[in-house]
Order: sequence, then C-alpha cells, then structure tokens
Amino acid sequence: MDLLSISTVNWSRAQFALTAGYHWIFVPITLGLGLIMAIMETMYVRTGDIKWKNVTKFWQKIFSINFVIGVATGIILEFQFGTNWSNYSWFVGDIFGAPLAIEGIVAFFLEATFISVMLFGWNRVSKRMHLASTWLVFLGATLSAFWILVANAWMQYPVGMEFNPDTVRNEMVDFWSVVVSPVAVNKFLHAVFSGWAIGAGLVAGVAAWYLLKRRHHDFALKSMKVGAIVGLLAFVMLAVTGDGSAHEVSQKQPMKLAAMEGLYKGKEGAGLVAIGMLNPAKQAYDDEINPYIFKLEIPKLLSFLGYRNLNAFVPGVKDIIDGGYTLQDGATALSFEERKARGEMAIQALADYQTAKAEEKEAIAAGDRDKATAASEAAANHETILKENYAHFGYGYLETGTDLIPNLPLTFYSFHLMVIIGLYSILFFAILLYFVYKKELHNTKWLLYIALWSIPLPFIAGQAGWAVAEVGRQPWTIQDILPVQIAASAVSAGNIAATFVIFTVLFTGMLIAEATIMVKQIKKGPDPIAGEEA
Amino acid sequence: MITYDFLQKYWWLVMSLLGGLLVFLMFVQGGQSMLNSLSKKEDEKRLLINALGRKWEYTFTTLVTFGGAFFASFPLFYSTSFGGAYWAWMILLFCFVLQAISYEYQSKPGNIFGAKTYRAFLFLNGVLGTFLLGVVVASFFTGSEFTIGKGNIAGMGTSGFTISQWQNPLHGLELLANVRNLCLGLAVLFLARTLASLFFVNRLDHEVLEKRSRKFTLYNGIPFVVFFLIFLIWTLLAEGYAVNPDTGQVYMEKMKYLHNFIDMPVILIFFVLGVLAVLYGTFNTVFNPGFKKGIWFAGAGTIVTVTMLLLVAGYNNTAYYPSSIDLQSSLTLQNSSSSYFTLSVMAVVSLLVPFVIGYIFYAWRSLEKKKLNLNDLESDGHAY
Ligand code: HDD
Ligand code: HEM
Ligand code: HEM
Repeated sequence: MDLLSISTVNWSRAQFALTAGYHWIFVPITLGLGLIMAIMETMYVRTGDIKWKNVTKFWQKIFSINFVIGVATGIILEFQFGTNWSNYSWFVGDIFGAPLAIEGIVAFFLEATFISVMLFGWNRVSKRMHLASTWLVFLGATLSAFWILVANAWMQYPVGMEFNPDTVRNEMVDFWSVVVSPVAVNKFLHAVFSGWAIGAGLVAGVAAWYLLKRRHHDFALKSMKVGAIVGLLAFVMLAVTGDGSAHEVSQKQPMKLAAMEGLYKGKEGAGLVAIGMLNPAKQAYDDEINPYIFKLEIPKLLSFLGYRNLNAFVPGVKDIIDGGYTLQDGATALSFEERKARGEMAIQALADYQTAKAEEKEAIAAGDRDKATAASEAAANHETILKENYAHFGYGYLETGTDLIPNLPLTFYSFHLMVIIGLYSILFFAILLYFVYKKELHNTKWLLYIALWSIPLPFIAGQAGWAVAEVGRQPWTIQDILPVQIAASAVSAGNIAATFVIFTVLFTGMLIAEATIMVKQIKKGPDPIAGEEA
Repeated sequence: MITYDFLQKYWWLVMSLLGGLLVFLMFVQGGQSMLNSLSKKEDEKRLLINALGRKWEYTFTTLVTFGGAFFASFPLFYSTSFGGAYWAWMILLFCFVLQAISYEYQSKPGNIFGAKTYRAFLFLNGVLGTFLLGVVVASFFTGSEFTIGKGNIAGMGTSGFTISQWQNPLHGLELLANVRNLCLGLAVLFLARTLASLFFVNRLDHEVLEKRSRKFTLYNGIPFVVFFLIFLIWTLLAEGYAVNPDTGQVYMEKMKYLHNFIDMPVILIFFVLGVLAVLYGTFNTVFNPGFKKGIWFAGAGTIVTVTMLLLVAGYNNTAYYPSSIDLQSSLTLQNSSSSYFTLSVMAVVSLLVPFVIGYIFYAWRSLEKKKLNLNDLESDGHAY
C-alpha cells in the first residue's frame, strides 16, 4: 500500500534525523558540562579557592556557547511532530503530548531561568545562591532529558494506552506506566550518562591540550581531575545501562536486536559478535548466503544479554518473519503473514465501525429506532474485532515480510562502534585517572595526545547509539501500531525538501560558527586571575 | 466531580493565558526590530542588546511550552495547524532558530559571519516572529482551508491516509492574503515595539536612550492602536463560527464574537480593563517624562487583553480553529481536546505553574535590583 508519497515520508525522516542528529551534538555537552561545572563551582564554594572559580567560569562560557544551539535545534524537533508527523500527532497526541508539555513546564523553564542567574548573577546574588543556580541548570537539563526520553521510549514500547475508535486515536489510561516503563528508565540513564561521557571527554581533551602546550598548568590539572573522574564513572555506567537497554530491546523489539547483531537465523545459546563484517552479497533474509565475511564471537553472551539465560533461544530476522518459535511466555510466535492478516482485519473493523456509527447517527436523526439499534449493535461487533486484533494494527499497512527489516548494516555497525568506543573509553579513563593521581601527567605526553585525539569518540558513539535506537526500530514509528508511512503530514515532498535544505544550511552554518568560536575561546584560555601568572 | 467540559474549558484558559504571556514577552522581538533605529552609537546598541539578551530565553521557552501544552491539551490542533499551515509555522520557527544563537554569538571572536549578520537575524526575528504570530492567531477568527476525515487512516478517504489535510497548496502562506489577518499581524508587531520602548524606559540607566524610547512609544503606539481597532471592529461585526452544543454542528452566525462578549460580561470587563491599561501605560509614558512604570501597566494589560480575546475565540460554543471550506471540520474545544484522563493528569501538572512563575519572578528580581548601564556589561561577568 503506497499511501503517503514515499518521498514525503523519506524527506520527513531525513529532516527529523538531521535535526535530531544536530540536537544530539550539543545537548550532551549541556548535560555533561552542566555536571562538571557544578562540581567545579562546588569546589570553589567549599575551598574558597579563587582558582576554582576561574575554572568554573571558563567552562560556563563554553557551556553557554553550546547551549544556544541545543535550544535552536530543540524547538524545531518539538514542532516537527506537528509539521511533519501530523498523523502521528493525531494518533498518539493524547499520550505523547503530555511528556513534552511537562518538559516545558518543569524542565525548560528551570534551566532557562537559572542560566540567566548563573551567567549574570556573579555579582548580583550571593555565593550560595549562585551555586544553587548552577546546580539547578544541571537539574533542568537532566529533567528535560528525562521527559523527552519518556516520550521516545513510549514510541518504542507503547504502554498505558487504549485505542478509542470514536476519536480514532490512542488514549492514555495509565500515566505512571508511561513514565516509569523500564524502557524509559534505561534510556534515560543511558542517554544521560552518554552526555556526561561526552562532556568529560571534551574537558579532559582540552585540559590535555593545555598541558601539552604548557599553558594554564593549574587550570588544566583541575579540569583534568574533574573530567577524568566524571568520565570513568560515566563510561562504566554506560556499559551497565547499555546492557540494560539491550536486555529491554530483546524483550520488546526482537527485530532490532536481530539487526544489531546481524542475526538472520535464530539459535539457542547465541553468541555476541564482538567484531564482525557483514557480507554485502547477502540479498534476501531467507537466502542461504552466510551473512558475515568474518566474525569474532563471545559464546552464549547474546542469549544471556537478552534473556539472562545462557541457553535461551534468540530469534533471528527469518524467525521473526516466519514465526513458529516459542516466545518467552510460552506462546508460539505468529508469522508476519498472520500478523498482517490480523492487522488488516483491525483496520477494516475500524472502517466498518466508523460507517456503522455514521448510520446510527443518521437513523437517530431520521427517527428510525430499529435501524439505529441495528447499526449500534453492528458497531459494537466491529469494535470487538478491532480490539482483539489491535496489537497487530500496524502490520495491516505493510506488504511483505521484508518491510519489517530495518537497515541492518547501519544498525549493526552503529551498535558495534558504540560498544567498542565504550569499552575502549573505560580503559582509557582508568589509565588517565591513574596518572592524575600519581601526579605524573606532565611526563606522559603520549597519554595527553590520546586524550586530545579521543575528543570526537564519545560524540561518535552517541550518534551511533541514536542510530541503533531509531534506525533499528524502523519501519515503526510506534512499535507494531503505526508504521512510518502512515505517520506523516499531507505535505508534498517538494515543500519538505525545501525546508530540509534550509535547515541543513542553517544548522551547518551554526555548527561551523560554534566550532570556531569555541576553538577561539579555548585558545584564549581562562581569564587571568588578578595577581597570578597565567 | 470535575467534568470533561470543565477540563476542556480550563485548558483553553491555560492556553489563552500562555498566549497572553507570549505576546507580552514578545517585547524582546519588538526591541530587536528597532535596534538600528533606536540607537545611533555602538555602545548604545550593545546596551540595548544586553538588556534584551537577558530576557530572550523567557520568550523562547514560553513559545516552546506553549507548543508542548497545546500538543498535550488539544492534540488535534497540533496535527491540523502545524501539519497544514506548514510554511507559516516553518518560517516562524526558522527565525526563532536564528534568534537563539544571535545574542550569544554576535560579539564573540571567531563568529565567522560578523556582528552585522547576527543583528540582521535579530531584526528578522523581531519583525517576522511577531507579525506571523499575529497572522496565525487571526486565523482563529477568520478560518483556514482544511478538512478532517477520521476514516482516512482506515483507508476510507480518497486522498491518502492523513487525517487532517490542508487544501490550499500554499500551506499557510495564503493566510497573508486576508486583510484582517494582516491587520492583527501588524498590530502585534507594533504592540511588541511599543512594549519594547516601555521596557527600555524602565530598565535602562541611559538618558539619551530613555528619551528616544519615549518618542518611540508614541510612534509605535499609534499604529498599534489603529491596526488593533480595525481588526477588533471588523471581527466583532463579522460572521463567526458557532457550534450547536447539542449536535456539535458548526454554523455561521452573524456578529458571533460580539455576541460572545455580550454573553460573557466578565470577559468583556477584563478585556476593556486590559485595553485601558495598555493605553494608560503607553500614553502616560509619552506625555509624562517622570513616569517609568508604563511597562507594568501595558504588560499586564497585554496579558489580560490577549487572554480574553483567545477566550472569546473558544468559549460560548465557538469553533476556535475554524475551517472556512468545510465547516464541520472545524476544531472546537470538545472535538479536539485530549481525553478526560490526559486533561486531568495535565491539570495536576498545571498546579506547578504558579511555582514556576514564582521562581522566575525571584530570579528576575534578583538580577534587576538595579538598572542596567554600560558599566554593568563589564562587571556582570557575561556580556553579549
Ligand atoms: C521523542 C522522540 C524522539 C527522540 C528523542 C529522537 N527521535 Fe529520532 N525519530 C523519532 C523520534 C525521536 C520519530 C518521530 O519517531 C522518527 C521519525 C519517523 C520515525 O519512525 O521515527 C525518528 C526518526 C529518526 C531517524 C530516521 C531513521 C530512519 O529513517 O531509518 C533517525 C536517524 C533519528 N530519528 C535519529 C535520532 C537522533 C540522532 C536522536 C537524538 C537526539 C533522536 N532521533 C531522538
Ligand atoms: C525529539 C526529541 C526532542 C525534542 C522535541 C526536544 C525539544 C527541545 C527543545 C524545544 C529545546 C529548547 C528548550 C528551551 O527553549 O530552552 C530543547 C533543549 C534541550 N534538550 Fe531536547 N529535544 C529532543 C531530544 C532531546 C534528547 C534526547 C535529550 C537528552 C537526552 C534532550 C535534552 C535537551 C536539553 C538538555 C536541552 C536544553 C539545553 C540545550 O539545548 O543544550 N533533548 N529540546
Ligand atoms: C559500553 C557499552 C554500551 C552498550 C552495551 C550500549 C548499548 C546500547 C543499546 C542496546 C542501545 C539501544 C537502546 C534502544 O534501542 O532502545 C543504546 C543506545 C544509545 N547509546 Fe549505547 N551502549 C554502550 C555505550 C555507549 C556509549 C559509550 C555512548 C556514548 C558516549 C552511548 C550512547 C548511546 C545513545 C545516545 C543511545 C540512544 C539512546 C538510547 O536509546 O538510550 N552508548 N546503547
């Protein structure tokens, strides 16, 4: 079923991905630097050491340069649900709107308000009040991450809702199950730690550069210390929460897990691919070509990750399409064709329900009691059919089993890149911290160079992480309920292509300006303290 | 027992209030639109930019929250208006993106594009942001060209699966062809500029700028009053989109909005008081050189007036987002709101708002114990 023009949908996806991708360059810096500068200012208030104040002020400057682009891209993201995903907004706005609104009310205002105190209040409010403001900025950023990730998690694992055939939309019936769903909690922790990791990588890298240049020695050591501690903590926690995320994915989005691991044929006691290369010759999910050119596997780990059982069966792409294997709860998995048939039944039942309801209304207006009763009974029947099959609703819009498979190579490589960077960084930050404590950093040029050149890695891991989460869930906008082709606005592709180009130019220009301003500020270094040599 | 009807009206009140706050806070945009005409020297310009720059986040965040709250309370408006009047909203967003970076970047070394460019962005946001918002809000009274077919998503429509569809290929730009819409757009633009002038009079510790701002209050206050009156009288006399409360049928009623004012005298009284406060704040500032509190009167007046105007658009069985080509597609408080459950959850959340306003007020006061002058730019630790 080619419903919305494919190019409208694809341009909308591209535009969303572009905006979100840019957002996720700056937002994690906000989250990470927010924490780091709050720690630094706390050191200043506790020790009274003016040097800590100087360090804080420097990183606040970097923070505010970043912050504004996060804001600029964020507003586009928020309104894009309406402008580009109009049907989506109709279909789930009753649930999805709530976290966005709460985010605005509880998080954005907190952040925006106390940023002004933080930046302009050094001489206008007390020392303690200023410190509190800095922490509140960090809290605001973190709360905002929480609510948006609740929203995002809900799309991956829709809970707490019921479909209403009269309004033709999903309506919230349980707020708390949306807010504290395990997917939401895991996503929140994982994403926030990745922000800390990115911020810490930046701070450590810049500090390393000063040390290499033999400038601002004390400033650099202080920054390095905070950066290294936050970094090690963040990366360890990323591994822990990442494992939690993967566990959730295998329960709730098995196709995404199969794509992450390039697993076409399921097996018991499945191993986790540590590194591997996919075989581009593989054409169809059910051909006999080996999907890998090579792979290095950690035995049984995937089964453990997914199901906490070394011998559990992990379904592959083919199993999920063909069905027939035993699910965790003991039921037998349905095939794609069966789910599609049920989805079509549900969609038809919705149409019939609407027709019957219209007939009922007409009959009532015409005073025909019997006809009205008959129509009302028919509507009730259709509603029952709809409810019984609603879990498969979205499948009714798809055509073949292949439609269920996300972009597998992209998901696979993104996942592995992220994990490799994560494991590497644990090692790196552990070594870094060791040398910080031995006070031997200045003798370890090699390590400083590594720190400098490692700045981009956490950024790359973060982007890769989102690619796993978002590309891996395709074709679903709402898992099993709403495929992306049905979600878009009825705006022709040309219009969206135009706004896409505008945003590309704009965001890229902004990124370049931001980067050069930041480099200039870093080169300039912290403001000199009166009576101290720089 | 709190009824569904009550919650829908409550949320329309909240949205109207947010709308009122937003229009008031657009004094930041108004100020941006006159950076060049109001100041002659570079240090004057910097002072203006810094006075406004300490406030832009509030306007911006209010806009974002306005969007989010609209999504949560009236999701069908979100999907219909944003997905339909695509270009009107995109241009509006576009110039807000420009604003977000311009304060922070315009004076930083290495900003590539130069201070002039960023200030041109601020100007663009100042003019387009206010004007387009006014135009779109006017369409709450004049109507737009969309249709809604709930069956579309189940394959019952002939034009695809999207439920709300805009029928004009200009996707929102056609709103500019309606003179009444233009009048409200211009009224909001000049109102924002008037409020900005009043804000400068109140905030700045700078004689020349203060004097000039008083003059600007007059220059902008008059066109504001003219355009606002045209819009208002026209709207009161025009046909409006009424809803039959029993059947939900939408029909045209002569002088609907005038009837709404008459049917809801409390709203009428507040509306008149609001307008008077704006006029008092404005003209007393022009004619009374010692008077600096104009922004308080005009600001509060703006919030009240706009809130009442929006209430009139939605209360008393009126379709607040009418479709001019298919009356029955029009959005009303009843047919476009969130479910009872969601509205009540959000009502609980809305109890946090006074708390938010409280800390904003605290922060604002603590930064403003003292007026802003050129010396502060160096000593406050952060300057634009
Ligand atoms: C609150 C929800 C939400 C959040 C926090 C994000 N996204 Fe997303 N993303 C969506 C909600 C969404 C969406 C609206 O649901 C899209 C559009 C169509 C779709 O199926 O999912 C989507 C699509 C989408 C795509 C297109 C995938 C494809 O077409 O195959 C990419 C690459 C991203 N997103 C990337 C990101 C990145 C880098 C994010 C980090 C900030 C991000 N998303 C956050
Ligand atoms: C589709 C998803 C998203 C939408 C619609 C969105 C929306 C927004 C908006 C409108 C703003 C500007 C707020 C202001 O006026 O201050 C913003 C900023 C912010 N967002 Fe997002 N956001 C999304 C994804 C995310 C994610 C995934 C995170 C974190 C995990 C996040 C964290 C933040 C933070 C910390 C800020 C504040 C400061 C900054 O931009 O650096 N956002 N977002
Ligand atoms: C160390 C091992 C890591 C593991 C096992 C891991 C695992 C995962 C998994 C399974 C997802 C997908 C979740 C979903 O689709 O719902 C994910 C997403 C993500 N990852 Fe990782 N990750 C690791 C390290 C990292 C690192 C180092 C970063 C960045 C510095 C990072 C940033 C992200 C981000 C931003 C997302 C998207 C948000 C989310 O879905 O939570 N991850 N990660």
